Amino acid sequence: MTIMTSRSLHDADPAALRRRRRDRIVTVVLVGAVALAVMPLVMILFEVVRRGVGAMSWEFLTSVQPFSQRRPGGGYLHGLVGTLYMVAIASLLSVPLGIGAATFVVEYGQSRLSPLIRFFTDVMTGVPSIFVGLFIYSVVVQGRIGFSTLAGALALSLLMLPIVARSAEEVLRLVPDDLRNAAYGLGAHRWQVVTRVVWPAASNGLVTGAMLAVARAAGETAPLLLTALGAFEIVTRLVGEAQTALPLLIYSEARGPYEAAHARAWAGALELMLLVLILTIAARALSRRTTRNGNG
Amino acid sequence: MAATGISSGRRRRLLRPDEIFRVVLGVAGAGVLAILATMLISTTVQAWPVLSREGWGFVTGSVWDPGTSRSEITGEYGALAFVVGTLVTSGIALAVAVPLAVAVALYITQAAPRRVAAGLTYTIELLAAVPSVVFGLWGLLFFVPTVLRPLMDVVANTLGTFVPFLGGPVVTYNYFAAGIVLSFMVMPIVMAVSREVMAGTPVTEIGAAYALGATRWEVMRHVVLPRARPGIIGATMLGLGRALGETIAVAMLIGGSQQIPSSVFRGGQSMAGIIAVTFQEAAPENVKALIGVGVLLFVITVVVNMAARLIVWATGGYVAKEQSL
Repeated sequence: MTIMTSRSLHDADPAALRRRRRDRIVTVVLVGAVALAVMPLVMILFEVVRRGVGAMSWEFLTSVQPFSQRRPGGGYLHGLVGTLYMVAIASLLSVPLGIGAATFVVEYGQSRLSPLIRFFTDVMTGVPSIFVGLFIYSVVVQGRIGFSTLAGALALSLLMLPIVARSAEEVLRLVPDDLRNAAYGLGAHRWQVVTRVVWPAASNGLVTGAMLAVARAAGETAPLLLTALGAFEIVTRLVGEAQTALPLLIYSEARGPYEAAHARAWAGALELMLLVLILTIAARALSRRTTRNGNG
Repeated sequence: MAATGISSGRRRRLLRPDEIFRVVLGVAGAGVLAILATMLISTTVQAWPVLSREGWGFVTGSVWDPGTSRSEITGEYGALAFVVGTLVTSGIALAVAVPLAVAVALYITQAAPRRVAAGLTYTIELLAAVPSVVFGLWGLLFFVPTVLRPLMDVVANTLGTFVPFLGGPVVTYNYFAAGIVLSFMVMPIVMAVSREVMAGTPVTEIGAAYALGATRWEVMRHVVLPRARPGIIGATMLGLGRALGETIAVAMLIGGSQQIPSSVFRGGQSMAGIIAVTFQEAAPENVKALIGVGVLLFVITVVVNMAARLIVWATGGYVAKEQSL
């Protein structure tokens, strides 16, 4: 390394002073960068809480939006119902499939299919969410099902799938082989080892992954525009009727020119942020507890 | 997970559930592959009438004039303006996010007290969890008009007078505004992966450099950064993948004009944006064209993502689990 000299930094010669000064400057620059990077989060949280709390009310949580965006009052109950409904169905579909795929990759790693599945799950993580919406539109909506809760849920499940699979794979790999071998030693079959030893040992991590996927799905807007479409009332039917969601309502009311609509959008953003952040924070806390307990 | 020592006597009968289990899991795994293949094939088939009629003009043409026919293709579909919009906003986002993310990662791994480092990591991971529609709302009603607009005016009136693509007059919602908000969304991913890569620098090498009298900056510059460089490139490409595919926030902030603007302070439209904004009112032939735009976007992002994975994998077997944030 060319910069190293035989002198110590504490020697008061000009070169050492220069190096020390440069080090200070860089530290200041780095701290500045950190401040700049954290600023957007602070600004978003502050603004969403400030304007959201101002517009939030019991009425907002328990009623649906008025027929005209111009009118004040009303709320996003239909959006909350739609979001929870679609995310629940999406979880039912994607969590078992994702964990199954991950288990196959980890426990049957010698299969020729495994690296392929892994690679393509990774690639699938990067598929734009709007493309998933287009896909469900062209296959499901244009088929006979139409814009519906089911179509929205299918789109969300495709977005959740790689997240669930990827995180499940990580935690399944953390389960020590000793546990597996001990179970085999007792005469267990592979399916018994997986269902009674590996999955329970990894359960916290599996739940964490699923929760992060749910948090991600709950905040998605783009794919729902093409699959759920939107609604003005609470929709309970699985098919045959368009559905709405919190992000869809925020999107449509934020774009309009009306103050009343903007106020509802801020309150909706607060509701959605709380939902997503609580899920995320809970998931992280759960995974932290797992890692602290040592054996993963 | 080797050694499945099963006692031989009752083997035939007892192997059954194992076989079934294996097949079920195999189907789940293959399902992921099948879904990805189906996605590409079914959408391409849908968009084929438009793609085959326009040919390369679909990518190189800049006239987007949708027709209203149910069965024929009567409009003109050149998506160049949207391709440019996507590339320029993503470029701006990366130009802002990558240096910032690398600096934060350096600070967290090399300079910060442990407690501060943990807190910062956590905070920035939370930023990744904010839904994009909330970024869009915040940008649309607060950040862009209140904070960014004065800044853009200043830049356009000073630098903009002689630097190309920075000229005024400024339109509030434009390429630059979308790019800046997009950079907030991309930064956490780039930061998380860079941090992970930097944390992998062998402690012995860092210690050796300090023992030779290197300052902290010299350790970062000559020990940490050279090793982390491939990882940072991979992280950048993961960020690019995210930026290219981002829809709602960009659609809300990019301005909505369907032309290629002469300055980053004018409005435009992105590939994902045009789909989100015009899809619901589109006639059947227009829908086909929008699906075609989606296929184009998909191909671009998959290529970018594959390249990113290969780079990250090839340089140390690091697994990009931060994607699942």
